[in-house]
Order: sequence, then structure tokens, then C-alpha cells
Amino acid sequence: MVDRWLIAFYIYVVVNIAVIVLAVIKAKMTRKISERTAFVFLGLATALAVLPVLFIIVYTIINGAGAISWSFLTQAPSQAGKAGGILPVIIGTFYLMLGTLVFALPIGVMAGIYLTEYARDNWLTRLINMAIMNLAGVPSIVFGLFGLSVFVLAFHFGLSLLAASLTLASQALAMVITTSREAILAVPREYREGSLAIGVTKWQTVRHIVLPQALPGIITGVVLAISRAAGETAPILVTGAAFLVPRLPGSPLDQFMALPYHLYTVSSNVPGMSKTTMWGVALVLLVVVLSFDVLAAVIRFRSRQRI
Amino acid sequence: MNRNHALLSNKTLTAQACATKLRTEKVNLYYGSFQALRNITLDIHACAITAIIGPSGCGKSSLLRLFNRMNDLIPGARVEGNVELDGILIYSPGIDVVELRKKVGMVFQKPNPFPMSVFENVAFGPRRHGMSNRAELEEIVEKSLRHAALWDEVKDKLEQSGLALSGGQQQRLCIARVLAVEPEVILMDEPCSALDPLATLKIEDLMRNLAQEYTIIIVTHNMQQAARVSEMAAFMMMEEDRAGVLVEYGPTSELFTNPKDKRTEDYITGRFG
Repeated sequence: MVDRWLIAFYIYVVVNIAVIVLAVIKAKMTRKISERTAFVFLGLATALAVLPVLFIIVYTIINGAGAISWSFLTQAPSQAGKAGGILPVIIGTFYLMLGTLVFALPIGVMAGIYLTEYARDNWLTRLINMAIMNLAGVPSIVFGLFGLSVFVLAFHFGLSLLAASLTLASQALAMVITTSREAILAVPREYREGSLAIGVTKWQTVRHIVLPQALPGIITGVVLAISRAAGETAPILVTGAAFLVPRLPGSPLDQFMALPYHLYTVSSNVPGMSKTTMWGVALVLLVVVLSFDVLAAVIRFRSRQRI
Repeated sequence: MNRNHALLSNKTLTAQACATKLRTEKVNLYYGSFQALRNITLDIHACAITAIIGPSGCGKSSLLRLFNRMNDLIPGARVEGNVELDGILIYSPGIDVVELRKKVGMVFQKPNPFPMSVFENVAFGPRRHGMSNRAELEEIVEKSLRHAALWDEVKDKLEQSGLALSGGQQQRLCIARVLAVEPEVILMDEPCSALDPLATLKIEDLMRNLAQEYTIIIVTHNMQQAARVSEMAAFMMMEEDRAGVLVEYGPTSELFTNPKDKRTEDYITGRFG
């Protein structure tokens, strides 16, 4: 999940330039030349969009590969992260992903089912749908403050894995609900009618016809949401991530270490930190997040083949 | 044509000997402010095939979907008047729509087998209604497929996807799926409009066989089809801005050879519009 907005911005700028240049050229040149110019500019735009991603991946690998070793992945950090490994950091991130999954998946999918299959199509439903879509655009630090005031303080979960998971799940919910809705809406109406027309109840129809069909889409959305949650720093910063807990969390109410926050602290707050270790942490985070994106792509691909 | 006519008169006699299965009385159907059916009163005979014919948009499907309350699924749909199944008002508040649809099954215009195996397609209804014994399920699947004249073609590929069958087979699979829940009435909404002539003939033969045990109502665009399969026929029309008018209802043979209404005559002789 390398900064997609940056890429979108690149594309936007380049496409705009291309359109303007093409308009000017079109007024002056033959169709053949304008065709060729269009090809060049559109290709250039694509290259500009892809290059930063490649650059980030390659640069991270070159700089960080030196840090990766068996002990780096299996030992606890020492000397404020300057020595030792990052095992508790990796495990902390996995726990967070698991916690986010446990809270966001059932609630998100159930809300998605309700909104598509049961809710009447009125202004309230439309308002809720719109609110959920906008929820995805809320800055993550705002979710962090929400988690701090609700889960950490009001619910007395303290700074903990539980509070951070719930905070990340709140943020992931928007995406899970939106993708679930889309996947459920994509199931043909004929299937639902065929089922209802032989005296099968609505819930049985949803459970046995709609959900199995929508599942690949739902899983894809969930995996992407989880991988995004794994990379978030701001929400966990204020709800339970710790700078140094050189052991694994023993209970959901413990504080924990996590990759993005660890990367943030070692790269900004630890003097004399080795660059290689920093990039090593970044590489591990990148691998975790990208592997989930790949997983989502595989699920999508396989479900498409099945049809 | 003569032979057809003789056949039709015979069928008429059986139709008249049958009891009334479904009855509508002064039914109006609205979708929001649009009126889709106007003051429809008719009796549907048991163990007969009733055809509903008429031009597109005249309300044929709306009338058909009245009988299993599929119109309920459309937001803003509203029914006035009485609709009875075996003398029971099916739009009264105490009616369990799920139970009603078990008794009144439906086959759609476009074959819509579920994306699962042939076996599971047919077993779907019985399973959802609580049957879980494998032997019982196998029995009802075979019985339903035989009944739908599909068994011989699919008995070796029961585990294959229902979507892998041909269009005509898919439609017979959908009929088997309905038969498996043991309904009393089968509604068919242009069941052959997506099929080639040979597949159409097979479905028509099947309908004739099924008519001995089930009440069948078929909506069709195809007047030859109505003449071939039905004992009773209802002709519906829309007039200028009014849809859902029942013009004439009676034995198919009379409707086709001796229509009482000028509009029916114009339509069946192709002088319509």
C-alpha cells in the first residue's frame, strides 16, 4: 500500500498536461502525428505512475536487505532497537491485524447484509451509506483520538492491544462494509427470486445463495482493509503502541510494539540508529502489507476463474 | 388447424370438469402511483393449463406474480381486492408468504439455476425446508428430475454445475427445482422465450404431462404456444395510458376461434396496433 494518493496525484497531473498539450497539438498537426504524440504521453504518464512504486520497493530492498537475518526476525530488540531483532514488533502487528479482523469482519459483513438486503431504500439508508463511504476518508489520527477517548478512557481498556485493535477495526469497518455491499449487490437478482419463489425464507436465501456468491468479493475487501490497518501509525500511536516492550504481549490489555510505530520511533527518536536496521524494519512492514495485497489479488483472480 | 381445433374442444371439456384453484375478485395492483392491474376477476381451474396472453407491458407478469406474492418484493407495490387459493385469501394479514410460495412455485423467463451442482439445485428447496437425510434427498431429486423429463440427460452428471447445462436443460432443471418442493400450482413466466424451438417443444410436452397433477398458469407472448398447450386463456391489453385490462377470458378454443371481443380478434389475427 505504497502511497496511492501520491500515485493518483502523479497520474492526475501528467494526464492533465497530456490533455492540454494534445489539444494544442491537435489544432496544428495531422492526425497521424497527434496519434503518435498521444501514445507517447499516455505511456509516459503510466511510467510516471509506476516508477515511484518500483523505486520505493527497490530502494527499500537495497537498503534494508542487509539487516534481515534469522536473529533480526526472531529476537527481541535491545538498546532502544539499535541491537537485537524485531520479533515482538512483528508479532504485535500480527496481533493487531488479527484483532482488527475479529472485530471488523463480522460487524462489517452483517452491516453490509442489512444495508443491501433488509434496509428499505429511503433517505435514511442512503444517508447511512453515504456516511459510511465518507468514513473511509476520515484522517486516521481522528480515529486515533476517537479510540483514545472511547476505548482507552471511557471503556477503561487502557493503552492496550484491545483498544488499538478496536480503533483500527472502526477505521477498517468503512471499507469492509462498502466492499461487502458491492459484492452482495453484484449477486444476480434472478438467484434471489429463484430461491424465494420456492418458499425459501429471506435469511436462508441470503445465507445459502447470496453469501457464498459474494464471499470472494467480501474476502478481498477484508484482506485489503486489514493490510491497510497493518500499516497505520496514527491510530495506534495514541491507543496502545509502545516504544519498547521487549517481550510479546501476554494479554489483550498489554501494550505492544508494532511495525509502523516502531519504524517511526527508530527513524526519528533514536540517535545513532543504523540506517540498515531502519530500512530493515521498513522492508518487513512492506513485505507484510504487500503480501496481503497479493493475497487479495489471488482471491479475486481465482473467484473470477471459477465463474 | 382443424386437428388443433378438435384437440382444443376436448381439452375444454376437461377444463370445465375441474374445480376452481385460484380466484381473483376485482383486483387492482399498483406500483406506487402506476396502476398495473385493473379490476381483474377470474377463476383459475385446477389441473388445467391457463395461458395469459397479450402485448408487452400489458400486465401479464404482474397478474402471474399476484398468485405467489412475488410483487411484494417490489417497493411500493399495493394490492386491492381478493385473491384466493383454495378459498383462502392469500393477501390477508395472517398468511405466511413462505408457505404460500411452497404451494405456488414459479419458473422464470430466463433460466436461473443456482451456481451449484445439478443435484444441489434440485435438493435446495427440500434442504431449506428441513430435509437432511441423504437417501431421502436422492430420492426426491431423482423423482423431480424424472418428472421434469431431465433425468436421463443428467443422471451421470449430477455433480456438474447446473450452469453447464444447455438453456433448455437449465429451464427443465428450474422446473425440477420447483417440483422438488411439491407445489400445487406452478406459475411460468414466458418459460420458453429464451429457448430454441426444439427446447420449447420439450418444455411444452412437459407442461402437458405436469398438467395432470398441477395447476399451471403460463404467461406467453407466443399465441401458437397458448393454443398448443392451454385449455383456458386470458387476453390482456393496455389501452392508451391504461395497462392491466383483462379483455377476455375463456376456453382457449373459443378465444381463438370465436373471440367475443373485437380487440381479442384483432390481436390474435395480427391486426393489432
